[in-house]
Amino acid sequence: MDILGNLVMGFGVALSPVNVALCLVGALVGTLIGVLPGIGPIATIAMLLPLTFSLNATGALIMLAGIYYGAQYGGSTTAILVNMPGETSSVVTTLDGHQMARQGKAGKALGVAALGSFFAGCVATLVIAVLGPILSRVAQAFGPPEYCALMVVGLVAATVLASGSVFKAITMTLVGLLLGTVGSDVETGAQRLTFEIPELADGIGFTSLAIGLFGIAEIIRNLEAPEVRGVVGTRIAGLLPNWADIKQCIAPVLRGTVLGSILGILPGNGAVLAPYASYTVEKKLAKDPSRFGRGAIEGVAGPESANNAGAQTSFIPLLTLGIPPNAVMALMVGAMTIQGIIPGPQVMTKNPELFWGMVASMLVGNAMLVIINLPLIGLWVRLLKVPYRLLFPAILLFCCIGVFSVNSSYVDVLLVALFGLVGYALVKLEFEPAPLLLAFVLGPLFEENLRRAFLISRGDPMIFVERPISLTLLVVAAGLLLVMLLPSVRHTREEAFHG
Amino acid sequence: MRKNLFSIALGGLLAIAGAAEAQDYPTRPITLVVPFAAGGPTDTVARLIGQSMSKTLGQQVIVDNVAGAGGTLGPARVAKAAADGYTILLHHIGMATTAILYRKLPYNALTDFEYIGLVGDAPMTIVARKTLAANKLSELVDYVKQNKDKVTLANAGVGAASHLCGMLFQSAVGVPLTTVPYKGTGPAMNDLVGGQVDIMCDQTTGTTEQIKGGTIKAYAATTKKRVSSLPDLVTTAEAGMPQVQVAIWHGVYAPKGTPKPVLDKLINALQVAIKDDIVRQRFADLGIEIESSDRVNPQALQAQLKAEIDRWAPVIKAAGVYAD
Repeated sequence: MDILGNLVMGFGVALSPVNVALCLVGALVGTLIGVLPGIGPIATIAMLLPLTFSLNATGALIMLAGIYYGAQYGGSTTAILVNMPGETSSVVTTLDGHQMARQGKAGKALGVAALGSFFAGCVATLVIAVLGPILSRVAQAFGPPEYCALMVVGLVAATVLASGSVFKAITMTLVGLLLGTVGSDVETGAQRLTFEIPELADGIGFTSLAIGLFGIAEIIRNLEAPEVRGVVGTRIAGLLPNWADIKQCIAPVLRGTVLGSILGILPGNGAVLAPYASYTVEKKLAKDPSRFGRGAIEGVAGPESANNAGAQTSFIPLLTLGIPPNAVMALMVGAMTIQGIIPGPQVMTKNPELFWGMVASMLVGNAMLVIINLPLIGLWVRLLKVPYRLLFPAILLFCCIGVFSVNSSYVDVLLVALFGLVGYALVKLEFEPAPLLLAFVLGPLFEENLRRAFLISRGDPMIFVERPISLTLLVVAAGLLLVMLLPSVRHTREEAFHG
Repeated sequence: MRKNLFSIALGGLLAIAGAAEAQDYPTRPITLVVPFAAGGPTDTVARLIGQSMSKTLGQQVIVDNVAGAGGTLGPARVAKAAADGYTILLHHIGMATTAILYRKLPYNALTDFEYIGLVGDAPMTIVARKTLAANKLSELVDYVKQNKDKVTLANAGVGAASHLCGMLFQSAVGVPLTTVPYKGTGPAMNDLVGGQVDIMCDQTTGTTEQIKGGTIKAYAATTKKRVSSLPDLVTTAEAGMPQVQVAIWHGVYAPKGTPKPVLDKLINALQVAIKDDIVRQRFADLGIEIESSDRVNPQALQAQLKAEIDRWAPVIKAAGVYAD
């Protein structure tokens, strides 16, 4: 009720010189690690955790949060410029963002990504302030069956990510599911497809897979024909998005923000789905879906907004219930605990300056990020003019360092090399890796929740249809599947999902 | 966090320097390996202890999270590390239970380590979704007996403390429940708060604030004495279930063959750490009962590890659970 008063109090906290400085440091570090392939916010925050010892709890969290959402901004940069998704969330951005870069529109793609992220970040922060506590209660209704159904929708939609053959997209989805099963079984601890390699006991790392399939494969492909390498920015059509571009993006950004905000609230890291969901929606709504995958600006604007909105609202379960929805948030719990604040449902009432200070700092941080990122675009685009023979070894080196830093495991680096070759073969055979990667991320979540739902219902599949949210989601999934698979409506699929 | 690789390599070279080196120990940062992810309760214990030990030893103690494979990758790394005191391990009750849960481990918990000392016990609590009708432990037992495997028992995965405590609870009640495993306590707690699952036994680190906030119901603490952060909560013994007694004890280890002077310095630093005001305050916030100083020594830790392996072996074998 007194949100304005609380926000004023929050700004009082966030705008103290120390906290502004910490927020800036967080945003800068976040941007940097977002840009560097492989090194993600989890490794960085874990490394910086000892530093937070000497700060107060609010300051520490402001900085760590800045790193987290700063990385969401930075992550789009490498995705667009060199087709290298460092985070789950930037896989979608590679699809059209990198195509735009190949057409000399890297600046536009980066600009739209930054502006969309800024808008979405601010809106989502206000959602936390105004609706946080209420929404977290609502999200609690989302149990294993609902999660499972949501993952089904995600998996069906995975095929929409591909712009080529449906058969190939489904194949890739299945391969992704298979790769996702590698590791220890959640229920029994049995080792699956690990071949006695202890490093595989917790599954294949996302970074190894993504960097191999996208980044390394792209490098090999570019080296194939050094003279006509794709990313050359000899002809740069406008450094920043113009008014026409922005007008084209307003609706996708708004839709992306809404989707991302909703999915981010879900306690089991629903935010991973946000950019995929947004891309699917934009492709379905587009007048000419065939543009997608070939440099459609909406395919960058929507998912980037969704991704940033989701990153912000995923703070809601942590700040209102004290339950971390993902690994980054678990680190924040650690930072709070070391400071003597044990997160729980009472954090908002017991430590209002922490909650509102965080909310206000997110608005400050988003503003900083857009100010940091817009001028950098010129620099990034110029970077593309560096001769490729100099650029690619640097990219390779950063990839290896980044991947190694996640678990300090050489197996992860070898996997990058392996998946790089696989990725190259896939490119040659015209299989698109995006559905594989999405299925790889969603598969384990799907399996876990499916088995959990069956345990809870003691084997009764009715649990999926008796619960309204789950039923609705399954109906949506069935609808999508029908449109895709029925030969008689095949042409509809071509229309709806591209061609 | 990964700087340690260099220090491990360096450590290997320096080990040759031998005993003379041990007198000057420590001359460079010490790596404290934690076999769980950063940000978790064990990590927090390690960082608090490490911070204090840094002050005593005059060198940074850097926490290195070697997470994965149920907390067995960390001990494996320390067992193989140079025995020079620059790589040490903080582990919890899992050091004992993984020795039973895993039939094949690349190290032997009883023979591959030097012991430094016990640190403290995190009590566990038997909790349930707040909509569950039972209000006392006896009522919960009745409820479980009536509804049998319709009752769901959440845990944080095979071998997790919540899994062990859940096994004890089931054997005490004499009724097998439907066990619902999660990947970690966070998601399990989320579904408990959301009422998706019925019961869980989890450490106070994760449950205290939820109990105080009224989002879950608490029935008993699984300790001998009441937990200071939850003074109104009865113990399992008080509630008539004395056999369910489990605490997450923590110990600090070094690779086998670490020189005696080095071990003595580490033991001393750990002794100082458990008397450190910040450590005591934070441990109290987390509901962790700090060890009395006569148990912060190698003998006590060795005895505890041995006793716990003997105690859990029949429970785990009876349940037929293996993690590999």
